[in-house]
Amino acid sequence: MSTLAPQRAPQPVQDDDVPINLNIKPVGADRAFNGLLAGSSALVLLLLSAVVAFLSWYGFKAFRESGWGPRLFTDPTWSPDSHHFGMMSLLVGSVAIALIAVVLSAPISLATALMINEYAPRQLKPLLTGVIDMLATVPSIVYGFWGLLLISNIQAAPARWLVDHVSFVPIFRTPSTGEYVKSIFACGLICAVTIIPIITSISREVMAQAPRDVCEAALGLGGTRWGMVTDVVLPFSRNGILGAILLGVGRGLGETMIVFLVLSPGNHLTSALLGPNGLGSIAWQITSEWTTASPINQSGLVLLGLILFGTTLVINIVARLIVQRSNASVL
Amino acid sequence: MTQTLEPPQTSLPPQEEPIVDRPGRQRTVPLRTVVEMVGSAVAAVAVVWVAFTVAGITGPLGFAFCVVTAFIVIYGLVCWQQYGMLPMKDRLATVAIWTGALSALIPLVAVIAYVIIEGFAVVFAQFPHFLLADMSNLTATSPVTAVGAGAAIVGTLEQVGIATVLTVPLGVLTATYLVNNSNAFSRVVSNVVDAMTGAPAIIAGIFIYLLWVVPQKEAGQTGFAAALALAVMMLPIVTRASQEVIAIVPGSLKEAALALGSPQWRSVVRVTLPTARVGLITAMILGIARVAGETAPVLFTAGGNPHYNWNPFNGKQDDLPLLMKELIFQPGNNVRRDAWGVAFVLVLVVLTLFILARLIGAKKPGPSGFTVPWRTRRSPEEEAEL
Repeated sequence: MSTLAPQRAPQPVQDDDVPINLNIKPVGADRAFNGLLAGSSALVLLLLSAVVAFLSWYGFKAFRESGWGPRLFTDPTWSPDSHHFGMMSLLVGSVAIALIAVVLSAPISLATALMINEYAPRQLKPLLTGVIDMLATVPSIVYGFWGLLLISNIQAAPARWLVDHVSFVPIFRTPSTGEYVKSIFACGLICAVTIIPIITSISREVMAQAPRDVCEAALGLGGTRWGMVTDVVLPFSRNGILGAILLGVGRGLGETMIVFLVLSPGNHLTSALLGPNGLGSIAWQITSEWTTASPINQSGLVLLGLILFGTTLVINIVARLIVQRSNASVL
Repeated sequence: MTQTLEPPQTSLPPQEEPIVDRPGRQRTVPLRTVVEMVGSAVAAVAVVWVAFTVAGITGPLGFAFCVVTAFIVIYGLVCWQQYGMLPMKDRLATVAIWTGALSALIPLVAVIAYVIIEGFAVVFAQFPHFLLADMSNLTATSPVTAVGAGAAIVGTLEQVGIATVLTVPLGVLTATYLVNNSNAFSRVVSNVVDAMTGAPAIIAGIFIYLLWVVPQKEAGQTGFAAALALAVMMLPIVTRASQEVIAIVPGSLKEAALALGSPQWRSVVRVTLPTARVGLITAMILGIARVAGETAPVLFTAGGNPHYNWNPFNGKQDDLPLLMKELIFQPGNNVRRDAWGVAFVLVLVVLTLFILARLIGAKKPGPSGFTVPWRTRRSPEEEAEL
């Protein structure tokens, strides 16, 4: 099997559609037209880099104020008005929410992608694909509201059980007594629901490109369907799946409204994830503090936003490189 | 002489039908398998029920979890005993995959079901009223017939409309440039656009707030400011999507146009863009659907307004996501009920856009292609030349 499986089928050549390098002398209208196109590109570049440049300039005040050094990360409190810019709890909280979301949603999404591609009746395939893509466009505030009313209450009972019985594991503890509703874990759980359509949609498309003849060869040699999945489909689409999962992490990091609606943060560094008043979140901090913040506080919040942006950016770039290497036409 | 000339047209070359290569698959489930599965399921429920009764535990969630675990164990043992190791793995994997897929689909379908059931009751309580009234009569106990999302619908339409008008031409022109040129500049633009597609939505909101709203003090929060924030989010999405659509236009079409002596600009305007038209419209609608539901960019920029404000350039304006957020944070159950109504309208708008995009996208650029209305006939001079 091993000699069969990971070999890629020859990629279909784009039937001689490689553009020829034509040496045409541009006429005057061509120059004007190209100027228009280049001008609009320059405008787009200017606008988008202006966002980063302007926010960096604005956040720089807080960066200077915080005293350059590692105090940004070692200071335990976030209170820019009294010159404390400790963003460790906020950053860790944001990352924790994204990680919980992805750890919960990735296996489920991959199972769904496999179900649509390999297990479901063929007639259902277009319908299921359409439904998953459609669910990816449902606004996150709707997911957040639904999760606030339903999911965060449902998860409270198992959370209580975990705290009562398995609290020797540091993450299954609660930072403070109280309801288990507005926790980091609840946010991660609701974000997981929003991420499922994204990971499913991308990984399904990647898996569908696994060479069909190799799949059939595996079945023809007497392999089981699961054997075909593990030895042909998954090795072929490994990169694409990894990229899809990383894009899910990026989406979870940038999620604003769910965290804003559900979380009740305490802004102190802790490993306990199952109750309120624990880790904070960058998105929560910006949305709830922004309108009443003093200029220096706003500058600190901009700095927070930039750090979130930077983290997301790195993850997205890595994801895109990995997906590109898998030859998938998605994204 | 009444010779009718065929209008010049653009079309894709006829595609060869791909060979349909479908795997053969066993269709019917043998009776034996059904018996094994049902038997294992009954055994699992029985075992867990006895265990729960003896231990005195209750809880539907824990019960379901334990039943599924017990079923997998029992069914695995049955299969192992009946068929051996390899088929057991295969069957357990099938069970695991269906379980995983169901646990993904159930919450997703539940979201839509909740929005439809809860929202339907609000929106259709007194039919067009909720879509037309504004929120000026909102109190914690006000009945659903007193309030409505009309002002927010107007706001969303205007803000998203302005954002579309601002970004689509710019995005399509830039995408055309990026596809047709491969130099250092185009690579930089392409990478920056890529990077901004993944930016957290809140970034767009605080950028426009600091740049546009703050300098204007009180008058800063308008529908137009919200539209700008949405445009910052939408620009990279539209550019990137158009780039992908334009890139798949067959190069042979462009070359044919150039070979017939058309200048480059005309080959783009008359051949490339018309051929990509369907894809461009789809990309545009998906971009609109994506930003229409975004809350973070409009959070600080639109301002929110319980009354109708038709003018996006003056005064605060409401929109659907913002109104929903406001309602969620208001005290009182009735207000929450109204939030479901807003969610219903919002999801309806987004899903309608999505389905529209799919319907248009499913239409292949047909053999007739696209005729540019202002150039369908040759001018008399050109005709004389022929």
